[in-house]
Amino acid sequence: MTNHAGHIVAPSEWIRAELTLKQSTRAYLRNLVTPFNIVAAAILCVGLPVTINRFMYGLAAATNLSDDSPWGLWIGFDVLCGVALAAGGFVMASTVHLFGMHEYKPLVRPAILTGFLGYFFVVIGLFYDLGRPWRLPYPLVWSPGVTSVMFEVAWCVSLYLTVQLLEFCPSAFEWLGLRKLRAWAVWLTTALTVFGVILSTMHQSALGALFLIAPGKVHPLWYSPYLPVLFFASAVVAGIAMVIVESSLSHRVFHSQCAEEDQQKMDRLLLGLGKAGAIVTMCYFFLKCLALAHGQHWDLLHTPYGYWWMIEVLGFVLFPSLLYAFAVRHERADLVRVASVIAVLGIVMNRLNVSIITYRWNATDRYFPSWQEIVVTLTIVTVGLVAFRWIVNRMPVLHEHPGYEAAH
Amino acid sequence: MNVERRNFLKILGAAGIAGAASGSAAKADPAVRASTQWMGMLIDLTLCVGCRKCEWACKQANGPTDDTPIDAYDDKSVFEKKRRPNAISLTVVNRYESQRSGEKPTYVKKQCMHCFEPACASACLVGAYRKTKLGPVVYDESVCIGCRYCMVACPFEVPAFTYDNPTSPAIRKCMMCFERLSKGESKPACAAMCPVEAITFGRRCDLLTLARRKIQDNPNRYVDHIYGEYEAGGTCCLYIAGRPFEELGFQTNVGTEPYPELTKGFLSSVPLVQAIWPAMLMGAYAFSRRRAELSDQKASPSSAIPTRAEQQS
Repeated sequence: MTNHAGHIVAPSEWIRAELTLKQSTRAYLRNLVTPFNIVAAAILCVGLPVTINRFMYGLAAATNLSDDSPWGLWIGFDVLCGVALAAGGFVMASTVHLFGMHEYKPLVRPAILTGFLGYFFVVIGLFYDLGRPWRLPYPLVWSPGVTSVMFEVAWCVSLYLTVQLLEFCPSAFEWLGLRKLRAWAVWLTTALTVFGVILSTMHQSALGALFLIAPGKVHPLWYSPYLPVLFFASAVVAGIAMVIVESSLSHRVFHSQCAEEDQQKMDRLLLGLGKAGAIVTMCYFFLKCLALAHGQHWDLLHTPYGYWWMIEVLGFVLFPSLLYAFAVRHERADLVRVASVIAVLGIVMNRLNVSIITYRWNATDRYFPSWQEIVVTLTIVTVGLVAFRWIVNRMPVLHEHPGYEAAH
Repeated sequence: MNVERRNFLKILGAAGIAGAASGSAAKADPAVRASTQWMGMLIDLTLCVGCRKCEWACKQANGPTDDTPIDAYDDKSVFEKKRRPNAISLTVVNRYESQRSGEKPTYVKKQCMHCFEPACASACLVGAYRKTKLGPVVYDESVCIGCRYCMVACPFEVPAFTYDNPTSPAIRKCMMCFERLSKGESKPACAAMCPVEAITFGRRCDLLTLARRKIQDNPNRYVDHIYGEYEAGGTCCLYIAGRPFEELGFQTNVGTEPYPELTKGFLSSVPLVQAIWPAMLMGAYAFSRRRAELSDQKASPSSAIPTRAEQQS
């Protein structure tokens, strides 16, 4: 196999060099001791026994789930928020490959990687939550329940995970030096992007449609026949916002991996994304108002849950939309970043509100996640971040591989 | 065939297969009319005395084996908290004190309503639930993956889950003793046990007639409403009571539409996305490609790629 310097090396030597980032094994292990890694290791040290406890003794031993509250943090955050925050993949891929805005190319691969890892760890989260996770393939190949919205979610998420893997393949094949496979994977890009947008539209909206069947359980200010449209629109909002957040963080943390992009060029891209963010977030705000008007529950705005609704919609949807617009107008890339953090929080809030916080809002015994559920969520996020870092430090994600001409 | 056309046909093919697969979803929902063959249970809440022997009989018939002797069921302290059907007790009896002094409390037996078009069955992504020809809604543990969506869907909050089972957790709910009825038993265990005959088992249409006659003959005894006649599109379990149902812990906002209707609109839009999105997106792609070509041509006219018409002229 060829290493980066162009020399032919034995595969085992190549593997060792890639694993240890071309340092000596001792130096690599020494450099692993960083504050982030210490915290991550601590989280994993708690997460592992909690995982064993969950699988040895069942959900009752690890969660606060009950017959009245069958879905908790693992569905509300790991699945519902995870899928929304991984939506940057299809948003950036369609921006560049379908709408022809090639100046955003540097942002596509990181977005695809975030998307792939996001969905992958959503499935990991499902493994924890399902009663019989080894039966995960059942709705796909063994016993289809075609009247169910969740059947549609299962199919679309499975297919989309495959699409995202294939969309990431060019980067992986460049790293492995597999030229022919890489050419084949690049050739698939347009078709995969189209397929990815179709699948994303369907399953992002389907996650909202899941709750259509529970009108008596979700608070009237959040329940709406428009839930599918709201969830899809909020996924686009989350996708753009996460691309901004992720690229800003990556450029600071993985500075050595980035191409020689000057900060100005990045800022220009961020301002462009901020423009899109302003538009889609404002669109989502209008949809929220539409759903409110359709529900006609104006009186409920004067209740505690009503104030909470206004905090979510005015503070974390309308405000970031206006902040995006202000930031773009005054060419303030830093404010674009602030707006996207607030927008991400708003989408997370919305998903948690629909699935947990306002679910059975008028019942006496309410659900709150157990410490083990929180630990598992933290563990999954940590492993996801570590995986992201491992890949970004080795594969051409934040930079282009010097040995290949630009794809597309 | 150039690359773009091949790609386009591949996308159409994939979309078509996926569309056909989910298009059948709309067809798989049969139009359900109340079958005259469906059996049901009429529970007369003015007769129930709260002895809870139905709970004991249900446990004996359906397991798990419970060593609590039947005498223990006389302990009235259990009524201090409202209970719901759970993994151990597929049916529960709750006590509702009367608002008027001197009036006896009402005891309400709660179990699966065996809806005409059950929300649980439509929500189940592996089809573990089935509305049988006999009437009961039954659950098949052998395909269940434990996602618990049925528990979210049920408006009556009936399905329970064995969370404490690490290897084979499953849903537990009343199945109207379907297995026993299929084997020749004449009625469910609770109906057979009830010492005051508060539970009548029979054909649902006959039970409706019986309930209407009871209300007509005793207008002062009963509230003029048969709960389950139209609720959630109609259920096989019916209730008549001496007090308004909202005072007795019943869900009164359930509506009369079957719950599966709530998601049919969304599911039928899925094939529309599969049909329309490829065209829209490929159109956007073609548009942006052409724009890029034109701007390249403007930059260097000598490198202009002639269109087919220009080639042929």
